[in-house]
Amino acid sequence: MNVMDTRATSAMLYLDGVHVSFDGFHAINNLSLTLAPGEMRAIIGPNGAGKTTMMDIITGKTKPDEGTVLFDGVTDLTRLDETRIAELGIGRKFQKPTVFESQTVQDNLLLALNVDHSVKGTLFWRGNKAESERIEKVLEIIRLTDARNRLAGSLSHGQKQWLEIGMLLAQDPKLLLVDEPVAGMTDVETHLTAELLKEINKTHTVMVVEHDMTFVRELGVKVTCLHEGSVLAEGTIDQVSSNDRVIEVYLGR
Amino acid sequence: MTPHMLTRSLDRGATIFLLVVAAIGVLIPLSNLLLPTGSFLHVPTYLVALWGKYVCYAILALSIDLIWGYCGILSLGHGAFFALGGYAMGMYLMRQIGTRGVYGNPILPDFMVFLNYPKLPWYWHGFDMFWFAALMVIVVPGLLAFCFGWLAFRSRVTGVYLSIITQAMTYALLLGFFRNDFGFGGNNGLTDFKDILGFNVQADGTRATLFMLSCLALIIGFLICRSIVSSKLGKVLIAIRDAESRTRFLGYRVESYKLFVFTVSACMAGVAGALYVPQVGIINPSEFAPGNSIEAVIWVAVGGRGTLVGAALGAVVVNYAKTFFTSGMLAPYWLFMLGALFILVTLLLPKGIVGTFNSWWEPWKAKKESAAEVSAAAEDGVTEPKMAE
Repeated sequence: MNVMDTRATSAMLYLDGVHVSFDGFHAINNLSLTLAPGEMRAIIGPNGAGKTTMMDIITGKTKPDEGTVLFDGVTDLTRLDETRIAELGIGRKFQKPTVFESQTVQDNLLLALNVDHSVKGTLFWRGNKAESERIEKVLEIIRLTDARNRLAGSLSHGQKQWLEIGMLLAQDPKLLLVDEPVAGMTDVETHLTAELLKEINKTHTVMVVEHDMTFVRELGVKVTCLHEGSVLAEGTIDQVSSNDRVIEVYLGR
Repeated sequence: MTPHMLTRSLDRGATIFLLVVAAIGVLIPLSNLLLPTGSFLHVPTYLVALWGKYVCYAILALSIDLIWGYCGILSLGHGAFFALGGYAMGMYLMRQIGTRGVYGNPILPDFMVFLNYPKLPWYWHGFDMFWFAALMVIVVPGLLAFCFGWLAFRSRVTGVYLSIITQAMTYALLLGFFRNDFGFGGNNGLTDFKDILGFNVQADGTRATLFMLSCLALIIGFLICRSIVSSKLGKVLIAIRDAESRTRFLGYRVESYKLFVFTVSACMAGVAGALYVPQVGIINPSEFAPGNSIEAVIWVAVGGRGTLVGAALGAVVVNYAKTFFTSGMLAPYWLFMLGALFILVTLLLPKGIVGTFNSWWEPWKAKKESAAEVSAAAEDGVTEPKMAE
């Protein structure tokens, strides 16, 4: 059986005609978007444009009222729950850094590793070399090797952001959804994060939501601007930022 | 349980705790049975029974700490599982009375004769066999917890809402067991027990053995809890406690984890109840009272949530205080004192007795260890960082 035969699309992520409303408020309105395998896409848009809601839909936290959401061309994400979607290979970094504060940096990564996540598997789990090596490698990438035994709650804000990106790496998903990775970071940290994401993008498909235009410019990837729950403009950062309608919604009419 | 899980679970605190419980479990019965009544070290039988009761409460507290301390499930209805285990044991003890009851009926317990039951209800069958009753002690609370948890956790009922429905569960059972036609002796419950496995429940030897068994159950329960929380599953539980939705997005099926610990915890509570009943000599619906379950949560809070040792210690300390104060002139004020205790612990010792001790002791220990490590590193050149298990 050839999987390619059953693929509805070659895109890694395919959203078509998605609608969501909360008590009559149209958070997402006829949203259509595709992400090619291996692509990195930046999503911008003013507050309330539906960026986070879109991520909620992709990760199964919110169910759309109508529309199609296909992952890897074959899987309908609207029918699955968060756990199943995570198992399929979609990882998410939250807007507010969410790490397990009362556990060590190392344990945070251990929990994120995409190994057996069943009750039985974790109860009888014993560490092995391959796992420790992977954790070691991620620690190096996110520059937290020296902080491995510190509690995640004691890290600085920027370090927590990095730890969460590290958890995504340990999870090794096909698609990474990264919500505001540089919020609250210094310029140097922002620059390093851009480098890190570019590095990650060599092997993963990435979607980044970000407000920081310098950061988006540094990523140098295709940009999609959302407004009132649908796509307003798409293209390079220069095209999008010179688009009249984009300027209008950002600056107000 | 595999050997590596056992060794991993035994840190210094756990080992000390187990040794203390084992020592109490052996020394108290021995002193009761072997030393002469006048001796200074002789423990009178009523104290053996009283401390046996405390040990059963400690097992209940342990079961609550497993789910509340590590997984954030605040059950305010755990007394129900304790009572169900107690009733299962009580039913066995009732069937052992036989013709020695007031009415001398060989099959029907006294209350059934009194209430004109024509025959033994179907759910009383099998309880004349100890093995069956012992199985039910674990199966009935476990099954209830499994069904209740399956519905609640799948629907993602969490936090205070879950606490409220657990209260409702124990209250519903309280009302049910109060009814005479429910078949469990109504408000009088089950009592007037004669023997257990052929031994007189009132005899000193039986009481000492029951005490010993309770300590053994506490040790086994503690080892089970420690193995769970020191495994990777324990880390997942803490992750669920601290950031449930994050855990879901990492691909963990949160409801399965909750269901697992909730069921294990209910089975433990059932065993505690089963050991409790022969030692106090009665089980009645008041054990289902919502207040009991809340009180058990207070023991855990006082001792230290999420420490296991603290839960057991809290159960003993609070119940000792209860015995002490309710037997004197302060008796009418006990509930006020319990309430005050809870408020004071929440304000002054939010981590409980053991938690507070740990937060003083651990930084000191870590300092000492890192100093030792530095000197060791200086000797062998480089230290290899090891993965913590």
